[in-house]
Amino acid sequence: MHSTNGKFVGLLYLSPALAFVMAFTVYPFGQMVWMSLHNWSLIAEKKYVGAGNFVKAWYDPQFWTSLSFTLKYTALITPILMLLGFLIALLTAVNTPLRRITRAVVFAPVVVGLGASSLLWYWLFSYDFGLVNRSLIDLGIVAKPVLWFGADAGLATSAVIVSIVWKVIGFGTILFVAAIQAIPGEINEATLVDGASYWQRVRRITLPLTAKTILLVTLISVIGSLLAFDQFYIMTAGQPRNLTATSVFLIYLNSFPYLKLGYGSALSLILAAIILVCTVFQMILTRRSHG
Amino acid sequence: MSAAWDKRPRGGAAAPAMLEEPQGLLGWFFGTRAKYLVGALCIALCAIMLLPLLASVLASLKSTQEAAAVPPTYFPHGLSFDSYRRLWHYQAGLPTYLGNSAGAALLTILFCLGLTVPAGYALARFPVPGKEFFFIVLLLGLIVPYQALLTPLFFMFVQLKLHNSLVGLAIVHTAIQLPFSVYIMRNAFEAVPRELEEAAVIDGCNSWQVLVRIFLPAIVPAIITVSLFAFITSWNELLAALVILNKDSSFTLPLILAAARQQTSIGGTDWGMLQAGITISIIPCMAFYLLLQKYYVSGLLSGAVK
Repeated sequence: MHSTNGKFVGLLYLSPALAFVMAFTVYPFGQMVWMSLHNWSLIAEKKYVGAGNFVKAWYDPQFWTSLSFTLKYTALITPILMLLGFLIALLTAVNTPLRRITRAVVFAPVVVGLGASSLLWYWLFSYDFGLVNRSLIDLGIVAKPVLWFGADAGLATSAVIVSIVWKVIGFGTILFVAAIQAIPGEINEATLVDGASYWQRVRRITLPLTAKTILLVTLISVIGSLLAFDQFYIMTAGQPRNLTATSVFLIYLNSFPYLKLGYGSALSLILAAIILVCTVFQMILTRRSHG
Repeated sequence: MSAAWDKRPRGGAAAPAMLEEPQGLLGWFFGTRAKYLVGALCIALCAIMLLPLLASVLASLKSTQEAAAVPPTYFPHGLSFDSYRRLWHYQAGLPTYLGNSAGAALLTILFCLGLTVPAGYALARFPVPGKEFFFIVLLLGLIVPYQALLTPLFFMFVQLKLHNSLVGLAIVHTAIQLPFSVYIMRNAFEAVPRELEEAAVIDGCNSWQVLVRIFLPAIVPAIITVSLFAFITSWNELLAALVILNKDSSFTLPLILAAARQQTSIGGTDWGMLQAGITISIIPCMAFYLLLQKYYVSGLLSGAVK
C-alpha cells in the first residue's frame, strides 16, 4: 500500500473532500471577488464598476454604523465572557460531584440553538409578557415595566448581551477548566507550602499557566462576536433605526431582501478580511501551543 | 457525567487544596465557610442557567389565555397542550418543519462522513505528495467564514436550482463542519496502531477492505463526534437557512420559529406556541448532549485547541 500505487489511491480517497472545498469554498470566494467588482443583481444585467462598491461602502453611513456597532458589541461582551467564564472555571475546576454537575449545567445552553435561545430571551425580555420585567417589579428594582426593545439601542444591546452570555459562557468555561486541570499538582503544592493566599496563587500560578488558553478563547469569542447575526435578527431586528444591525446583518440585508449581490459581496470581502486577521492570530497561537 | 476532563491524569489532584485549606482553628472556620460558599455559588449558578429553560417549558404548557396574561404568571395554573396543538397545525404543520430539519441534519451528517472518512484515511495513511498543502486546503473554511460566502453561494444555488432544497442547505452546513470533521478524522486514523492494518494487508486485503474491516470499527468514537457536531450545527443553523430557503414548506424549525415571531407579532405574538417550538427544538440537542457528553466535550477540546 505504501508504494507509488499508494500515492494515487490516497489521492483518490482525498479527492471527494478536495472537490467539495473547491466547489463550495474556493470557487464561491473567487466568484465573490468578481461579483464585488460589479453591479450585480439576479434580475438586471451585471455592470463592471471596478472599486465602485468599496467606494460606496466608504460613503455609506450604515456601513460605518454597522461596523462600529459590531466592534462595540464585541468590545463589550468579550471581557464579560472571559472574566465570568474564568471565575466559573476557578469555581468548578475541582472534580467534586456538585462542581461536575455545575459544569455540565453551565455548558448545557451551548448546545441550544442560537435562534431558539434568542427567541427564548426575546420573550423573557418582552414588555408585557416577559418574566424579566415581572421579576424586576416583584423585587422592587423597577416600578414600571422596562421597554427593552424600544427606542433605546443601549437597552436592546444589554438584553442581547445577557442572552448571549447565558448561551455561550459554558464554552469558555470548559476550555478554562481543561487548562486549569492540566496544571501539574506539584506546582500548586509548592505554593501552598509557601503560604500564598488563594488569590495570590490564582495570579501567580493559574493565570500565567492558562494564559495561552485565555488568549485563544478570547480570539474565538471575538471572531464569534464579529460574526453575530441570529441574536440581533431575532431580538432587535436591527432596530432602533438600524443601530443594532451588525456587519453580517448588513450583508444579509443587501444581498438577500434587496438582492444587491455586488455590494453584498464587497461588504462580505471586507468582513472576511477583518476575520482573516483574527484567524491568523489564532493559528499562530495554536501552532505554538502545539509545537 | 463522565466528561473527558474527568479522565485526565490526576495532575489536577492537588487542586482541591486550592479552595479548601484548613489551617488551625481560624483556617478551619474559613475553610468550612469557603466550602459552603462554593456550594451556594454552584447551586445559584445552576439555578440561573436552568431557570430560562424551565420558564420556557412551563410557558409552553400554559393554557392559551394564561400564555397571553399580563403580567405573566411564573407557574402555569393548569397543564394544557393547546400550544403544542397550535404549533402542530401552524402553516405547513410541525411535522413538515421537523422533517425538513431532520432531513437537512441527516444529509449534513452523511456528507460530512462521506467526505471526511476517506480524507482522514488518506491524510493519515497514504504517501500522497503535497499532503500538508491539501490538508490546509481542506481547512480553508476556518479562514473564510461561511457568513461571508453566502452571497456567492446563494447566486450559485439559484443557478444550480439548489435553493429551496434541503440538499443545498446541507451543502452549506457541511461546508461549515468540514474543517472540524477532517481534523477529527485525521487524528482518529493516525491513532490506529499500524500492526492491525499490516496484518490485514498480509492477509491480502486491499485498501478499501482495510478501511472497512480494520479502520471503521476503530474510529467509531470519531464517527460519533463528527455526526454529533454536524447534527447540532445543522439543526440549529439559521442564517444559511434564511438565505437558501424562501418557500414556507421548505423551512426548517429555527426558520419557522423566527418567522412565527414576526408574522404573529402584528396580531399579538403567540408566545405559548413559540415556547412550545423552542422546547421542541431544544429537546434533541439536550438529549444528544446528555447521552454523548463525553464525545461532545472531547471534540470541543480538540477542535478548539488544534
